[in-house]
Amino acid sequence: MSDPFLVVDDLTVKFPTEDGLVNAVTELSYTVEQGKTLGIVGESGSGKSVSSMAVLGLHDARTARITGSIKVGGQEVVGLSESKLRKLRGKEVAMIFQDALAALHPFYKVGSQLTEAYLVHHPKATKREARRKAIEMLDRVGIPQPDRRVDDFPHQFSGGMRQRAMIAMGLINDPKLLIADEPTTALDVTVQAQILDLLQDLQREFNSAVIIITHDLGVIAEMADDILVMYGGRGVENGPAKEVLTRPQMPYTWGLLSSVPDVAGDTASKLIPIPGNPPSLLDPPSGCAFHPRCAHTDKVAGGLCSTQLPLLEAGPTGPGHLKRCHLTDPVTVFENEVLPVIAPELLEES
Amino acid sequence: MFAYIVKRLLAGIVVMLLVSLSIFLLFWYGPSEPARAICDSKTSQRCTPAKLEVFTEELGYNNAWYTEFPEYVGGIFTGRDITIASQTTRCEAPCLGLSYKNGKPVWDEMKGRLPATFSVAIGGAFLYLLLGVPLGVAAARRRGTVADKSLVSSFLVLSSVPYYLFALLTFLYFSVLFEAPFIGNPGYVPFSESPVDWFGGLALAWICLGIFGCTQYTRYARGAMVEALSEDYVRTAKAKGLPQREVVYKHALRAALVPVVTIFGIDFGTLLAGTIFTEKIFDIDGIGLWALLAVGQKDLPIVQATALFAAVALILSNLLVDLLYSVLDPRVRLS
Repeated sequence: MSDPFLVVDDLTVKFPTEDGLVNAVTELSYTVEQGKTLGIVGESGSGKSVSSMAVLGLHDARTARITGSIKVGGQEVVGLSESKLRKLRGKEVAMIFQDALAALHPFYKVGSQLTEAYLVHHPKATKREARRKAIEMLDRVGIPQPDRRVDDFPHQFSGGMRQRAMIAMGLINDPKLLIADEPTTALDVTVQAQILDLLQDLQREFNSAVIIITHDLGVIAEMADDILVMYGGRGVENGPAKEVLTRPQMPYTWGLLSSVPDVAGDTASKLIPIPGNPPSLLDPPSGCAFHPRCAHTDKVAGGLCSTQLPLLEAGPTGPGHLKRCHLTDPVTVFENEVLPVIAPELLEES
Repeated sequence: MFAYIVKRLLAGIVVMLLVSLSIFLLFWYGPSEPARAICDSKTSQRCTPAKLEVFTEELGYNNAWYTEFPEYVGGIFTGRDITIASQTTRCEAPCLGLSYKNGKPVWDEMKGRLPATFSVAIGGAFLYLLLGVPLGVAAARRRGTVADKSLVSSFLVLSSVPYYLFALLTFLYFSVLFEAPFIGNPGYVPFSESPVDWFGGLALAWICLGIFGCTQYTRYARGAMVEALSEDYVRTAKAKGLPQREVVYKHALRAALVPVVTIFGIDFGTLLAGTIFTEKIFDIDGIGLWALLAVGQKDLPIVQATALFAAVALILSNLLVDLLYSVLDPRVRLS
């Protein structure tokens, strides 16, 4: 197999503020292969968006302090010149933002925002060609009467159509990597499903690598081949989607799973929120960042959770599934203590 | 959109009527004797109560305001005959009355003064927009740097100087101490007479308005630009791979112009309505200076006319801003 298209290695992003240094992302490593989808989950402020914006070099170079390495198709992005980054942005790597109403310019027609994205990377193309391409892309993402809607302004589109237009804009240059930052958060549920289907279809068609950033595990379960769970700016669990969802090994991931409402409506299953607040990024907790909110610290000898940062290393289920936790046998704890509370029906069946 | 403009115009006409009516009513119910000024000038300062009564009767101040006001408004559209000291003068439309001081139609003198006021206002506004907006954009792009902070704070200091003092200092520095070569004798010379003198005469006023306005517009533009640069759609533009230049000027600046244009609409109307200090200090015979003189001489038709002009200027410049909005922001155009 060839090298992964995106290799993030030991990425650290800090922002100096008046209150001190914000450790937005700390020593983060992950990879995404061509044609695969990585789902990044975590709470607000866990570093999901900051890390993926770094892939495009979107942080202000004068303020953000970025160390480590991000290789896109073999090219190092950290420290790359602005002119070279520009060639990457929108061409090799495209990004779809949440809330398409805010992310599309209210004063320009949808079509001209699409053609602009095309023309900047195809300087030899004529305006007519770019317009044809824009209509073609709007058609591909399922916007009816694209030849007419291309001249509409974003506010004349519905929410779902705006997100489709964002996707069309992201894919107009056939990017090899598409980063979708909470692509469905601002949409209602039925439209969410349509957008996710669309993303999946397009990924198959273009064979691009996709990163989906979300705090919605339902979206992840549907879309992702691999999952990266982030907490307090660090990766805390990483592995194949099925593994992470069925045999999660980090109490924070358990917490995320417990917070998902069960649509099947089993009254015995409980919705358990994670107690406490996300950690401060100015002054992160000692040891494992999750320990102040963790219900399982007593199972670790010597109070290690609050003194020593656990490594992100392979858990008991195999080398492909990494976890950052001091628990020696997390799978047993999950199956005996967590699962019976959040999904008792699963145990009755087996 | 057309219906919207018509609505705004109608509302504007109502405002103008109310403004002129309220000034008109001052003549009736105010503490002054409106015919006193004209009586004094016609009798060489020997106005007796009997003579005053003659003039009061002649000017219609003994009639009810609601019979005189329609006549005044009608005169603006059709012209009318006005009798002062048994001498009837035809006042052509747009008739704003006759000056109590010299008996000439007010509009004739206003016509002569309008170019001066427009020259001062347009030139000054042009200069402060030309300086202020780019400076504000540059400062916003360098937000938080020493250059940005020193620019913002020094402009804050400058704009807190009272305007009349600022104008006098401009006069002192540019004309007396520095003797800038392009500055001629302050005053208004019509462009058609001598473009060089026109420019030289107005240069100081422009510089003064330009610098003072620029200190404010730099701050407005900077604030609007800082906000625009943090918008999601500006990040989208950057993520597309657009050059920095296009991100800043095409995407961010277009959005930042909207609040700047709003303030400008109000400002420019005020500027037209009376740059009294500017005209006084730089000796320009415009509307502002005229209004000041008229108040001192109790020349009521001129006071009335300049107030009406101020209302028209404000209403029209606000209407212009509304039209500009719709050019800038398609959401306004279509709703």
